[in-house]
Amino acid sequence: MKKRLATVSLAGCFGCHMSFLDIDERILDLMKLVQFDRSPLNDFKKFKKRCDIGLIEGGCCNEENVHTLREFRKNCDVLVAIGQCAIMGGLPVMRNAIMHAEDPLRECLDTAYLNSPTVFNASNDIPNDPALPLLLDKVYTCAEVVKVDYQIPGCPPSGDTFWLAMTFLLKGTAADLPYELIKYD
Amino acid sequence: MTRFMEEAAIESMAEKVGDIMRNAFVFNIDGVGVKGKDGQTIMDAADQAGIYIPRLCDVEGLEPQGSCRVCTVKVNGRPAAACTQPAAEGIEVENETLEIFNWRRDLIRMLFHEGNHLCPICEASGRCELQAMAYRLGIFQPAKYPYLQPVRPIDASHPDIMLDTNRCIRCGRCIRASKDIDGKNVFGYVGRGMHKRVGVNGKNLAQTNVHLDDRAIALETCPVGCIIRKGLGFFTPIGQREFDRAPIGSTIEKAVLKRGKK
Ligand code: SF4
Ligand code: SF4
Ligand code: SF4
Ligand code: FES
Repeated sequence: MKKRLATVSLAGCFGCHMSFLDIDERILDLMKLVQFDRSPLNDFKKFKKRCDIGLIEGGCCNEENVHTLREFRKNCDVLVAIGQCAIMGGLPVMRNAIMHAEDPLRECLDTAYLNSPTVFNASNDIPNDPALPLLLDKVYTCAEVVKVDYQIPGCPPSGDTFWLAMTFLLKGTAADLPYELIKYD
Repeated sequence: MTRFMEEAAIESMAEKVGDIMRNAFVFNIDGVGVKGKDGQTIMDAADQAGIYIPRLCDVEGLEPQGSCRVCTVKVNGRPAAACTQPAAEGIEVENETLEIFNWRRDLIRMLFHEGNHLCPICEASGRCELQAMAYRLGIFQPAKYPYLQPVRPIDASHPDIMLDTNRCIRCGRCIRASKDIDGKNVFGYVGRGMHKRVGVNGKNLAQTNVHLDDRAIALETCPVGCIIRKGLGFFTPIGQREFDRAPIGSTIEKAVLKRGKK
């Protein structure tokens, strides 16, 4: 029986997914062992069945991220945080602790949309369409929102790291990464 | 200058004679016999024997301060900091037991969780001793600690040096280097308990008497990416950085392998 694998990119840059594809032709071997369920790689937006493994890229910066992450926890036996964004917030988490800012989220939006020297924003609006997911007060790591079983560090983890981690995950154990593959950057 | 050199020569000779006269003895680290002599710490003797004891606040050339506790070993069954604990005849030192390994992993984890360590954007990444220690200790699975995400200041006032205190682990290496080697007091501790941090002797770094040649701001002084040289940036390509090539501590371990071959 093939294992079912789901993946998602939350508050991440999609770099971790791109790096996953760096396993190159080994993906053919992987396909013999796993069946992709919900994933941006096949563009399935909903779970078809319960999954054995869920890979999460990115932490939670908005409401939708939280819903998706909870959905993954509900539908996956083993949940794995992938990359520094999912593990400790990564680059988005910089907005949590902005020096001298009373209201870091406000400061972050003002800088991005109003005050930066390169901004052209004639209407002086900060995007606030009801269709946009509501931003959270701060960026949360995956483990702050749901129980995370394993982590694969890196920004992004290399293709080799993904490959090795997948072989362990398919065996049902925590990856035992050698020194060369443990990276926080 | 010559006078100074003569004095230095006499001093080093005196030191050598002293070494011979001082008592040499033997003690055990993880059951292996190691030579020590009076005045040496456990760490000194271990280094000489090619046994690496993990450390962060201790560095070659500065007085040990014994504050990070990463070098914790057990001496006759009791925990002690190897960088300050004197070696002594016949003591039994434990260094690589699972218990001590887990203590060290927890200490390193807590340092990551109590500051803001964004390795992907850090200039020190790849040559950072904190990160390298985490790699060496194989830390990559979820920890039980929350990320505290403190709001800490960045001091970019100086034209050539920057302080990003989000990454400071309060090891005091800059403080000791400034005081003992540079003969200044550019850096010092302020505050107490968990609010203890490193401050400078002025309104900001630009207002201090710091100099680019100071040992306090030399690359090897700050173990992390808190004291940063502006304009230097990411000077080594990924893959060739110090700890990309070999784990922290391997120079100490290798030095003896080489000596052993002779
Ligand atoms: S960990 Fe790095 S590569 Fe992965 S999503 Fe975050 S920023 Fe992108
Ligand atoms: S100081 Fe070290 S551990 Fe901290 S962010 Fe920089 S590289 Fe990472
Ligand atoms: S600035 Fe660097 S050297 Fe000084 S206490 Fe902090 S971490 Fe240690
Ligand atoms: S190296 Fe000994 S306490 Fe820090």
